[in-house]
Amino acid sequence: MREIWDIILLMAPYAVAYSCPLMITALGGLYSERSGVVNIGLEGLMVIGSFSAAFCINMFGISVWSGLLIAMLVSSAFSVLHAFASINLNANQIISGTAINMIAGAVTVFFARNITGSGNIRVDGLRRFNLPLGLSEVPVLGPFFFTNTYATTWLIFAMVAASIFIINKTSFGLRLRACGENPHAADAAGINVRRIRYAGVMISGALAGLGGATILVTYAGEFNGSVAGLGFLALASLIFGQWKPLGIVGATLFFGAATTISNVSQIIPQFAAIPEIVIRVFPYVITLLALVMFSKSSSAPRAAGQPFDQGKR
Amino acid sequence: MKRIDTKVITSLMAVVAGLLAGAVLILASGHNPVLGYYNLFRGGLASVLRVGNSLALATPLILTGLSVAFANKTGLFNIGAAGQMLMGGLSASMFALYVPLPRAILLPCVILAALLGGAVWGGIPGLLKALFNVNEVVSTIMMNWIAFWVISVIVRTVIPESYHVTTVSAHIPSAASLRLGWLSGLFNGAYINLGLFLAIIAAIAIHFLLNKTTLGYELKSVGFNRRGAEYAGIPVNRGMILAMVIAGSLAGLAGAAYYLGYQHNMQVNVLPQQGYDGIAIALLGLNTPIGVTISAVFFGVMQAGKNFMSAQTAIPPEIADTIVAVIIYFAAAAILMHRLLDYLKKKRRPKAGGAVRKEANGDA
Repeated sequence: MREIWDIILLMAPYAVAYSCPLMITALGGLYSERSGVVNIGLEGLMVIGSFSAAFCINMFGISVWSGLLIAMLVSSAFSVLHAFASINLNANQIISGTAINMIAGAVTVFFARNITGSGNIRVDGLRRFNLPLGLSEVPVLGPFFFTNTYATTWLIFAMVAASIFIINKTSFGLRLRACGENPHAADAAGINVRRIRYAGVMISGALAGLGGATILVTYAGEFNGSVAGLGFLALASLIFGQWKPLGIVGATLFFGAATTISNVSQIIPQFAAIPEIVIRVFPYVITLLALVMFSKSSSAPRAAGQPFDQGKR
Repeated sequence: MKRIDTKVITSLMAVVAGLLAGAVLILASGHNPVLGYYNLFRGGLASVLRVGNSLALATPLILTGLSVAFANKTGLFNIGAAGQMLMGGLSASMFALYVPLPRAILLPCVILAALLGGAVWGGIPGLLKALFNVNEVVSTIMMNWIAFWVISVIVRTVIPESYHVTTVSAHIPSAASLRLGWLSGLFNGAYINLGLFLAIIAAIAIHFLLNKTTLGYELKSVGFNRRGAEYAGIPVNRGMILAMVIAGSLAGLAGAAYYLGYQHNMQVNVLPQQGYDGIAIALLGLNTPIGVTISAVFFGVMQAGKNFMSAQTAIPPEIADTIVAVIIYFAAAAILMHRLLDYLKKKRRPKAGGAVRKEANGDA
């Protein structure tokens, strides 16, 4: 037992570090989908965030935090492409999102190659630290959350907390949810559905950009043109978490743990007995199982994915 | 007929928009777009050999395009063509490596294995959709990553090229290769192979299935209006599973054409781009087999020419992928653009809503 507990403590900071970008990206997806726009372009928006942060930090020598801010701004601007297609042009949101993913992957590597030749951009990221005031000494919580943490982890936790408030307690949150559930009723109540949806998509762009840049400045340390499917995993977390901020926190921490297990299985003898293939596909199979469990009684925003047509009732 | 024409025009508009966006990017990175495109198409078309290679690259694209298009006709969005292609390639490779048979028997078996591998990988999301209402977009993406890791582990531990080289699988025996001596000879040794004929046969078969059979009619009605189809007594769930099985097997065949025709082994840690390009091709080809084939050949030429262009002009080869991506974006937007064109033609008088739409139209 003692050994297993030690392993869990050893893995916890990695699991949290891995969960955070996923969490903030899924939270972004929540803003978009709650407003009624399905955004499978999260993956691409993360790539854009990662690239713009890497580019600015590497080329202009700005601080990591300015890099994160730029990542949010650029990704948000980029997400306007998706917003424009889905909101103004009534395009198929899945296809538009796919296009976002493909444009992001291709354009960023295109520019990265023009700059570095190899297409990879290295940056000096953040350092891990223990929280002060004896917090890291707190039993259980201390080693899990307050030891070996990144500053971005706390930024992201704060944003999740703020989002719970914004979505449930503010008039903007109410309008956002209304546009995702019944845009015509929202429209009749005098809400500008298109504007709210633009806001939803652009927030999702900013948060996904932050997610991508967080990967860069924490555990990756390098831009290489992809975020390895994390954007899609964030999307699955959104469904797994039933479109609720706290659900997302649970789902992403779970994925973080699953993926950390799969990453460290090689070096920890207790896991070495499990065949590699089982360990590798574990997070994805679990996602599928979770989808099987939650899809029948799905609480997806009712109007998500449907273009808003003012003349239609 | 006129309606078809407008659709074709919007597809062509998307291509032009993609090429223009590519030109802007080339300019922005300090190169000459005219020279770039000249070399891109020269690289794909300038000789018999290059044409053969372009067709070889177009082959899996025709099949993944058909896969996406067929699923689309049933109202399903198959993002999983990449994973299905991998599993088709893997099962065909495994069969070829482990079962020693004469070529005349081995080749059909290998092709069947590819169809089967893809069918299983496509069928699972279909089944999950029908039974548990699992969104096929997310489930096919998960299946892609599962396939990615399955290939990675099996190639490294079961069928590596050698003890030292574990990033690619062992070469398949030449008896299982889809390359045909006379065909390669005809194209001066290009990678063109049997897969092209299989792809064309598949395109014709899908055209026939969709337009001339009861099953095709049923699948299309499921795609057109699921509720309506259900009330009309069409087995909707069976239709969705079947559509994904067929879509998967088409992508699986693409795996055979690519990994046993264009190449002779599989790499680890690559999700084939052809799976995603299939989305663009289906969209651009208006989900029709003939349109898919034409678009796939166009994309094949670009894919074949991009490295030549890169070598000649120092423009990164990713420009080809950028063009593809921009084409998807505009094709997605164009679906409504032609409707807006009609709308604007009919209603000359600008209204409040009309002004917004006109503006949107102008921007695109």
